[in-house]
Amino acid sequence: MNALGLIYGVLFWLATLTIVAGIIYKVRIYWKTPAPLKIPTMPAPRTKGGVVLRMFREVAFFHSLFRSDKLLWIFAIMFHYALALVLLRHTRYFTETINSIVLFLQPFGKYAGFIMVLGLALLLARRFIIDRVRYISAPSDFLMLLLLILIGISGLMMKFVSHTDIVTVKSFFISLRTFNIENWTLPADPVLLVHLTSVALLLLVFPISKLMHAPGVFFSPTRNQVDDAREKRHVADWAAELDKQGVDYLSELKK
Amino acid sequence: MADYEVPKITGEDGITDVPPVTEDTMKGSGPWISAPKFQEEMHFPSDIEKDEEGNWSLIPNWKEAALEKMDDLRHRYRSLQLFLDICVKCGACTDKCHYFLGTADPKNMPVARQDLLRKVYRRYFTFSGKYFPKLVGATDLTEEVIDDWYNYYHQCSQCRRCSVFCPYGIDTAEISMAAREILNHVGRGQKYCTEIMGKVYKIGNNLGLPEPALADTLEGLEEDIEYDTGVQVKLPLDKKGAEILLITPSADFFAEPHVDGLMGYAKVFHELGLDWTLSSYASEGANFGMFIGSYENMRRISQRIRKAALDLGVKRIVFGECGHAWRVAYSFLNTLAGPFDFLDPKYPVPQHVLEITWPAIQAGKLNIDKSRNDDMTLTFHDSCNIARGSGMGGVEGGQFDIPRNVIKAVCNNYVDMPADTIKDATFCCGGGGGILTDDLMEVRVKGAQPRMEALKHVTDQKGVTHMAAICAICKSQFTKVIPYYGFTMDQIVSVHQLVSNALILTGQVDEDEED
Repeated sequence: MNALGLIYGVLFWLATLTIVAGIIYKVRIYWKTPAPLKIPTMPAPRTKGGVVLRMFREVAFFHSLFRSDKLLWIFAIMFHYALALVLLRHTRYFTETINSIVLFLQPFGKYAGFIMVLGLALLLARRFIIDRVRYISAPSDFLMLLLLILIGISGLMMKFVSHTDIVTVKSFFISLRTFNIENWTLPADPVLLVHLTSVALLLLVFPISKLMHAPGVFFSPTRNQVDDAREKRHVADWAAELDKQGVDYLSELKK
Repeated sequence: MADYEVPKITGEDGITDVPPVTEDTMKGSGPWISAPKFQEEMHFPSDIEKDEEGNWSLIPNWKEAALEKMDDLRHRYRSLQLFLDICVKCGACTDKCHYFLGTADPKNMPVARQDLLRKVYRRYFTFSGKYFPKLVGATDLTEEVIDDWYNYYHQCSQCRRCSVFCPYGIDTAEISMAAREILNHVGRGQKYCTEIMGKVYKIGNNLGLPEPALADTLEGLEEDIEYDTGVQVKLPLDKKGAEILLITPSADFFAEPHVDGLMGYAKVFHELGLDWTLSSYASEGANFGMFIGSYENMRRISQRIRKAALDLGVKRIVFGECGHAWRVAYSFLNTLAGPFDFLDPKYPVPQHVLEITWPAIQAGKLNIDKSRNDDMTLTFHDSCNIARGSGMGGVEGGQFDIPRNVIKAVCNNYVDMPADTIKDATFCCGGGGGILTDDLMEVRVKGAQPRMEALKHVTDQKGVTHMAAICAICKSQFTKVIPYYGFTMDQIVSVHQLVSNALILTGQVDEDEED
């Protein structure tokens, strides 16, 4: 154990708990909040299976975005798919034995980092260049991209410029998981510390930021509802109360 | 013609160029504000006062009331909560709104329109906005913010085109409805909508047409049809025990070209031997409760249809040509006024009149002479609420195919407008969502630009002479604004007007044949 290991050990535990608890908290809200009316963007699938397919097209291929803006679609696909590969590759630092899929993906994942950073840089450029996108961007929108770029570049530097003591880092993360505090040791490598700090920050802000789009999209009523309003009556609990008490206005309801 | 510049259209490719962002081009005070008497009828707070200059105050505790309503709504509508949270500001929607394309005002970009509400939501209801407002673009709720809401949420026709193109399906209509519902509760109701809804409650329809006047009008239409065809076609009112209750927008009773559509439905029903009636109690298909985001008022208006159906003892409910009415009917009526277990289960509740006409044409039950529409080359304007808010015929995309099939079955000459401007990518007419009022004329004219551009294209390149629509608001909006773009108002037609032209009734004697 060293001081760095202890600080980052606590930080990563805190960050992990925050993102998990935060997402659960938020998703619970989305789950519990009723959608009182049928509002799928039409034409919508007429079966549940169709909705699954629609959602898959959205999540896997960004179908609506493809229709909307081809250039943005390319940048978004570059970033998200590269990120997926990079994340998969990173699982090797958390498990003793490396999964064969991860081994297979290793060469792709290694270079995906470049695509990811390039995609992010292009997304950032859009925010400056296109007047409409510049208008709608808050400081946090730029910072989020910069944070991800920082994560990407620091990661790439460790892979391709100056290797960090990866064996120690791996043992650190495995001991984090097993609470083996004696092994909470990290090398004093500035690039590594930048990488880890920015990742922890990303985990911390995830549940309170627009990154919630990832779990959120599954709850979007315009995308996840079946077109069956005429066949099946759909009433939210709060609205059913109006029917039950035979009144027109919520203010007239007896508790 | 107007004290603002009407957008220029070229007709080159039918697609409106995306304008450079030009701030505050549409800054203004918004539509006329709903007076206390109209607010009361809607069960909205009404303690507002007019000062010497004629400006209405907000209610005394407007700030608390606004935040309370926002909090209430986000717990009752998942759409609102989710959409406020998950937008990533990617900008995919920024060039999709007809009002932005027509005005260049950045607050008319869907995401920016949402942000007007989102920045306040963030400030009061999120961690980042409470502690780092500048970082995430959160702002305090001030009277200026309320003014901006009132102005820009009445430059949204809730057409949902943005929701088609959003990677998360964020629907600005949901935000806009919520914003208007908040405004309703701080003394910023919109006069146009609340006054009209008051008439529905008191008299039965948007126009305030009482039963005797309605009966008179229908009698006049019967005479017109008989004069044209020699056939007695009835337009029954309050006929107990009829099989079908027809619910149609009240514009169908007198406005052009709506009324030609109504005569078209009547002729189809007559020819098919259907026993139908209108109701003077529920003589209105429109439901402006949707526009102002008031579930309670939308439900109260919908319940009238249920009551009329029960009182008249009908077996089926059929809707005429109306856009948002059909969205409310198709997507919401079962929720708001169901269950309709007292109606004939063989038919969907409700049905669209096209769901009667199209199968009848397919089955050869109507004697159609297409050449009677040969003086026209048609195109079809997909109404936003029908295209993106409803269905037809029980098949995905039926709302696009059925009207086109019917037009093609009664007309020889039909051309579609460019693909990016039709079906689920259709542009709103510019007058939907409670915007169809003279105090918003500039918004309406400018918002029509993308549709006008597409129409100009098919006019110049394909010889289109007329545009058919199946929405009362589209028809009213277009007849009013297309003259600004060099067209004439008679170029807008009802789909059932085309059916009516081509339909030869059993026993029909045409005037010219008599001569």
